[in-house]
Amino acid sequence: MTTYEPAIHFKDVRYSIDENPIIGPITGSFPAGRITTLVGPSGAGKTTVLKLCNGLISADSGEILVEGKPVGSMEPTALRRKVGMALQDAPMVNGSVYDNLALPLRLQKKEISEDEAVSWLEDVGLSSDYLHKKASELSGGQRQKVSIARTLVNRSDILLMDEITSALDRASRREIESLITRINQKYGTTIIWITHNLEQAISIGDYTWVLIAGELVETGESRILEDPADERVRRFVKGELQ
Amino acid sequence: MSPIALSLTLIFVLIPLLLSRTLNLGLEKDTIVATIRSIIQLFAVGYILKFVFDSDSYLYILLMIALMIFAAVHNASKKGKAIPGILWKITVTIIAVEVLTQAILLGFGIVPATAQYIIPISGMVVGNSMVLSILFLNRFTSEMESQKNRTELILSLGGTPKQAVHTQLTDAIKASTIPTIESQKTMGLVQLPGMMSGQIIAGADPVQAVQFQLLILFLLLTTAVVSSILLGFLSYPSLFNERMQMIRQTNS
Repeated sequence: MTTYEPAIHFKDVRYSIDENPIIGPITGSFPAGRITTLVGPSGAGKTTVLKLCNGLISADSGEILVEGKPVGSMEPTALRRKVGMALQDAPMVNGSVYDNLALPLRLQKKEISEDEAVSWLEDVGLSSDYLHKKASELSGGQRQKVSIARTLVNRSDILLMDEITSALDRASRREIESLITRINQKYGTTIIWITHNLEQAISIGDYTWVLIAGELVETGESRILEDPADERVRRFVKGELQ
Repeated sequence: MSPIALSLTLIFVLIPLLLSRTLNLGLEKDTIVATIRSIIQLFAVGYILKFVFDSDSYLYILLMIALMIFAAVHNASKKGKAIPGILWKITVTIIAVEVLTQAILLGFGIVPATAQYIIPISGMVVGNSMVLSILFLNRFTSEMESQKNRTELILSLGGTPKQAVHTQLTDAIKASTIPTIESQKTMGLVQLPGMMSGQIIAGADPVQAVQFQLLILFLLLTTAVVSSILLGFLSYPSLFNERMQMIRQTNS
């Protein structure tokens, strides 16, 4: 098995809400410059893992290292720019597509030029015609693309993606899949991607984490999903655990 | 008003009682309790005010205002239980608004520094500040709940808590102060304000009554806007921790 430099490393990480354990203890790594898919039945704690990575929540115990540094030692806004996140339903702020692309820099009191905004749009496969379109008029797939472009504006080294293709039709899903591969290849961005589509996980992902009931049951190159060693993972792959 | 005339006003209580009995509305008990409470409370306040006016002591004036603020805070804080430390935040808000308005009124000599002016005006300011605090808290908590995604989006893009709640905060401030501003637009057209009506019935010159009513209206504008802004800026930081995380996140 190939060894990878970890972009993010979890060491005995636990997280609970009101004393109900949600995940952990989890120990594992997300390899740098690779696409890792995060799969598992709903309620397994996948979104929790993403939020722990960019500090939207903090672990109760254990340690999370981002490029070797403990997340607790990093300034929260700097951490979230370094580890960007595209949320599941791609929420848009009121205004145009441009306003949404300008948002990450406006939060730092900076502006983005229209040319630069167009180049981000083109990066995600949308033409410049969309720049002044109202964000509320976009289709589901277009929203996801704008949401990804908006996250790219921060030039994050690591990109977290919640189930961004779950509400899309087949064609849009394919477009987002190739977009993810393209971003990974063009910028060398580490991508951690939650998906419930195992076919997608195998074809797009290099590496995978299988979470079941808050436990990291299996981890390794994506092909492990084709023939899982763990009984629970086998049941999950067969669709018996949802 | 003579005691007989005052007793005759109870006819206005008998009418709803009779109607309730005839139509089986079941309002009799509440009506009687409300009537008795209002008689006792208002006479008590009347005698206390008379005592405070006669004594002409600032200590009693301060005690009276403290009592009003205590009652207002107690009432308003029930609405903001989701916000940690809401009790002292409302206390600070109401005291600050009261101090600000009285400082302007007395500092510029707009009204004389006597109990006759300070107490009723304080009552209006404190009461209004309480209502505005309740309106603001209702709106702000529901905005925060319905726009959780937006808050999370801004935080995840590297924004600060202040940036993350900015829209929700300004929406709640606007929504809670708009009724005060709107009601001033129709003032005098639809109904005469209660205070002005009272003064006119008690025999005051209508123009004089209008002047005092204007003073109160302008005062309430400041009260409304300052109350909700101050409470807003005191409230939002307690929804986040020092790691700029929303407190009480619940997710899968």
